[in-house]
Amino acid sequence: MTSVLFDVPGPKARRLSVILSIVAGVLIAAGLVWIIWTLAQPREAAGDLVLPGYFDPSRWDIFADPQVWRFIFVEGVWGTLRAALTASVLAVALGIVLSLLRSSQIAWVRIPTTIVIEFLRGMPVLLMMLFILLVLQTGAFWAVVAALTLYNGALIGEALRAGLASLPRGQREAGLSLGMRPLQSKMLVEFPQAFRQMLPIIIAQLVVLLKDTSLGYIVAYPELLRVTLNNLASFYGNRYLFSLFLVCLALYLAMNLLLSWFARWVSKRTASKSSGTRLDPEDPGQAVLVAQASAAARQPGKGAV
Amino acid sequence: MDVVIDNLPRYLEGFSMTLRLLVVSGVAALVIGTLIAAMRISPVASLRWFATVYTELVRNTPLTLVLFFCAIVLPYLGSRLPYEVAATIGLSIYTSPFVAEALRSGINGVPLGQAEAARSVGLGFGQTVGLVVMPQAFRMTIPPLINVFIALTKNTSVAGGFFVVELFTVGKELANANGDAVIAVLLGVASFYLVITIPLGILAAQLERKWVVQR
Repeated sequence: MTSVLFDVPGPKARRLSVILSIVAGVLIAAGLVWIIWTLAQPREAAGDLVLPGYFDPSRWDIFADPQVWRFIFVEGVWGTLRAALTASVLAVALGIVLSLLRSSQIAWVRIPTTIVIEFLRGMPVLLMMLFILLVLQTGAFWAVVAALTLYNGALIGEALRAGLASLPRGQREAGLSLGMRPLQSKMLVEFPQAFRQMLPIIIAQLVVLLKDTSLGYIVAYPELLRVTLNNLASFYGNRYLFSLFLVCLALYLAMNLLLSWFARWVSKRTASKSSGTRLDPEDPGQAVLVAQASAAARQPGKGAV
Repeated sequence: MDVVIDNLPRYLEGFSMTLRLLVVSGVAALVIGTLIAAMRISPVASLRWFATVYTELVRNTPLTLVLFFCAIVLPYLGSRLPYEVAATIGLSIYTSPFVAEALRSGINGVPLGQAEAARSVGLGFGQTVGLVVMPQAFRMTIPPLINVFIALTKNTSVAGGFFVVELFTVGKELANANGDAVIAVLLGVASFYLVITIPLGILAAQLERKWVVQR
């Protein structure tokens, strides 16, 4: 885009850009080094104590103990993954049901579903967790899973509905003209296409779900964040807090980045196969808007159904 | 129902804190996000690289972890920020890459041919950007940006878990104090969130429908 907005840069402008690039790079690197160096310095505390820097071996020695790692993985990572996996399966199932109900021909089904979806989408997940925990008394695990299922199920349902709406109308007409009933045409002809088109968006939504399991920390569900930064930090003492934080951050980044890259890979694969508009898995909300808009544009006079 | 009416002042207190978090961190995220988006399309390679890494890292970190860092790790490292400010910083940082992506995809969404056509009829840089590219990018950017702010509204509730007294905290305290009316108390909290999120959602959908460009 930027390249056509102005004349092609000559040798002078190109040299300037390289110089700026190097200067900015050095400044960024210097900033990072300064932060790390400051953290590594020993610091004075009250009562003539000198605390070791944050990268001192004495702040990291617990990680030599395999017990600690086993605890982090068995309790923390598995606690997070267990909640995320259960909620993902349930959320996709709920999404499928909601998308079918919401695109129903019968107003008595469609309108209440719309209201329920709007309600679920507009609520903070954390509030839902608290509600389920206090009102239904399910225990922390099911509170986390149920809230994540409801919220992400509503969003996945919307994505699938947008996918259904953005299919060419001929698909449905062809199904009906072959003598299929409306529901058959929906399940056998339209839905598989919508699901495939929206798969990257669904996986991107699952990244959101995985990230949101960390809200379990606030409702006292033992997942990665609570296990490392609460249980381990209070067991081994606060001086390990920063080290534990870095470990926890690294584990979260590893899980989420893997899933994000998977979403991008799926998006690239489906883009080459289907002829539809390619949707950006980076931003589920926007991709759904794009699909809805293209659906609205394709069906003049009818609007988004 | 009576519980909600009796405690209306407390609800409003929490609601005003939620609004404050929303507005301050929304504006801050808009500023940081614009900077990051500008870095991402800039001709300077190292800035582009930095912005990409920043976006990728922050977007894949859970908000709870970001707020934990701001509210618990930072004081431990020696900062003296009040919790409210810490939460605002955390929310702004967490939201900024989403803003940047919305802006970037708006600008990238304008087909190259538009700029080429503008250049080929003799418009200069300012005219191309101001008259042709930006008006189209703007319409494609506003609805996703509104969606980012809806998400931010819901995310402010996480600050309630880190010592900031906002709507979620108020709801939690009232629910603990009125064990017999938990449902009413929490539905009261929910309706305050819905008062912000649903109108914004309708606005986004309306603008999207109004501004849809068929390509």
